[in-house]
Amino acid sequence: MKRAAYLLLALLPLHAAAWEQPVSGYAYLPEQVQAMQDDPIENPGMFAVDEGRALFNTPGYNGKSCASCHGTDGMKLEPQSLARYPVYSAARKGPLTLQQRINDCRENRLDEFPLPYDDADLVRLETFVRHRARGAKVNVDVSGPLRPWYEAGKVLYHTRIGQLDMACTHCHDRYVDLRLRDQVLNQGHSNAFPAHRLLSGDISSLHGKFRDCYATLRALPFEVGSDEFISLEVYLNARGNGLAIETPGIRR
Amino acid sequence: MPRAAALIVLCCLVAAPPLRAQESYLAWQADNLAIEAPLGGLRGDAARGRAIAASRDKGNCISCHMLPIPEEPMHGTLAPPLFGVGARLSAGELRLRVVDEKVVNPETIMPAFYGDPARYYRPHPEFAATILTAQEVEDVVAYLVTLQ
Ligand code: HEC
Ligand code: HEC
Repeated sequence: MKRAAYLLLALLPLHAAAWEQPVSGYAYLPEQVQAMQDDPIENPGMFAVDEGRALFNTPGYNGKSCASCHGTDGMKLEPQSLARYPVYSAARKGPLTLQQRINDCRENRLDEFPLPYDDADLVRLETFVRHRARGAKVNVDVSGPLRPWYEAGKVLYHTRIGQLDMACTHCHDRYVDLRLRDQVLNQGHSNAFPAHRLLSGDISSLHGKFRDCYATLRALPFEVGSDEFISLEVYLNARGNGLAIETPGIRR
Repeated sequence: MPRAAALIVLCCLVAAPPLRAQESYLAWQADNLAIEAPLGGLRGDAARGRAIAASRDKGNCISCHMLPIPEEPMHGTLAPPLFGVGARLSAGELRLRVVDEKVVNPETIMPAFYGDPARYYRPHPEFAATILTAQEVEDVVAYLVTLQ
């Protein structure tokens, strides 16, 4: 009898919808790390921002730089507009990530060769540009043509992967606030990225973080810049709509 | 060592398949939410099972469950504590839960430690086998039985 009752308990869906309001991973950081992230002198991610700024102001093949159109240090870039990425691109008939937007500018306005996705320079440029939007609220519109990409990302987010056979949703929706060994599970948002990772001591793109998530689950990751990871980015960003951009955040 | 001999040794090392790949997957059958027969008829060792439950790269049970393993400081809190689980569940019931908790609860986060590798989605090629070997499963079950 006792055993049957216990079985019933195990069968009940646990914490069906664990959270209603998005909460940034920032809230889960130790106080010293929060203070480090908030202080531009102490934040180690600011190295990547500075390197990105230098690239931003450097002339390309045709003598123009990003700064030629967007102002020195990107003064003319609009935080509200940057917070909307990935946006829908009619030319691509699909999403355009911030990194692709930057790469397109390099190719078409600076007459440079495009860089491979997640190239170190490209991540630094992205970190610099997204840092310009620090504090702006993530605002991805998935009500229109990006909807199918959002839905595809949502499916991936809920698909069990790898030898551990878990999905993102298990940790980041169902068991939020509970402990996985020494780590409190947060909601797994993207607003801190590109972020400085304490384990690697370097800046990490969002797709780089995805590859780490897949490795943790002992799964075969998709390529950076793949349709799969771009749809995951669309889903994750929209799922965190309303959160303040923290780039460069500091994470483990 | 003569170079040829060294080369032969090297070739053997390179050619030898990883140990895990040599053990073929043993299909199992659950009845009444239990697997009564030990996998492969193997006998478990509770002390080894305890070490597997604590290890990060094997069972890592304590990442989710609290267990009486006080020398490891941080145990997870997302799953039910396993104190006294050997009194609540029979050896056969414990075996099924370690082998594949999804038979009990299809929605569970708990990995199947002896699930059919052919059913993984996108496993990393280095991890295309069961998480634990049949012997390791039996060791863990033997350990859980001692938790009275
Ligand atoms: C087994 C549990 C688990 C699963 C499954 C999991 N994660 Fe995570 N994830 C974590 C933990 C723990 C952290 C917190 C790490 C830290 O302290 O920064 C994290 C952090 C993150 C973060 C950073 C959030 C932030 O602001 O700190 C993102 C983004 C993320 N995960 C995405 C994913 C995606 C996408 C998947 C699926 C492909 C996934 N996670 C699957 C455990 C998990
Ligand atoms: C990623 C999390 C996770 C890991 C790792 C994990 N479990 Fe579990 N386990 C759970 C959850 C959650 C439950 C609760 C029932 C459910 O969700 O199906 C559970 C249930 C159980 C039960 C049934 C408990 C009861 O009282 O009915 C046993 C026994 C068990 N786990 C043993 C283990 C052992 C042994 C290991 C390691 C070899 C392990 N678990 C690893 C999450 C986990």
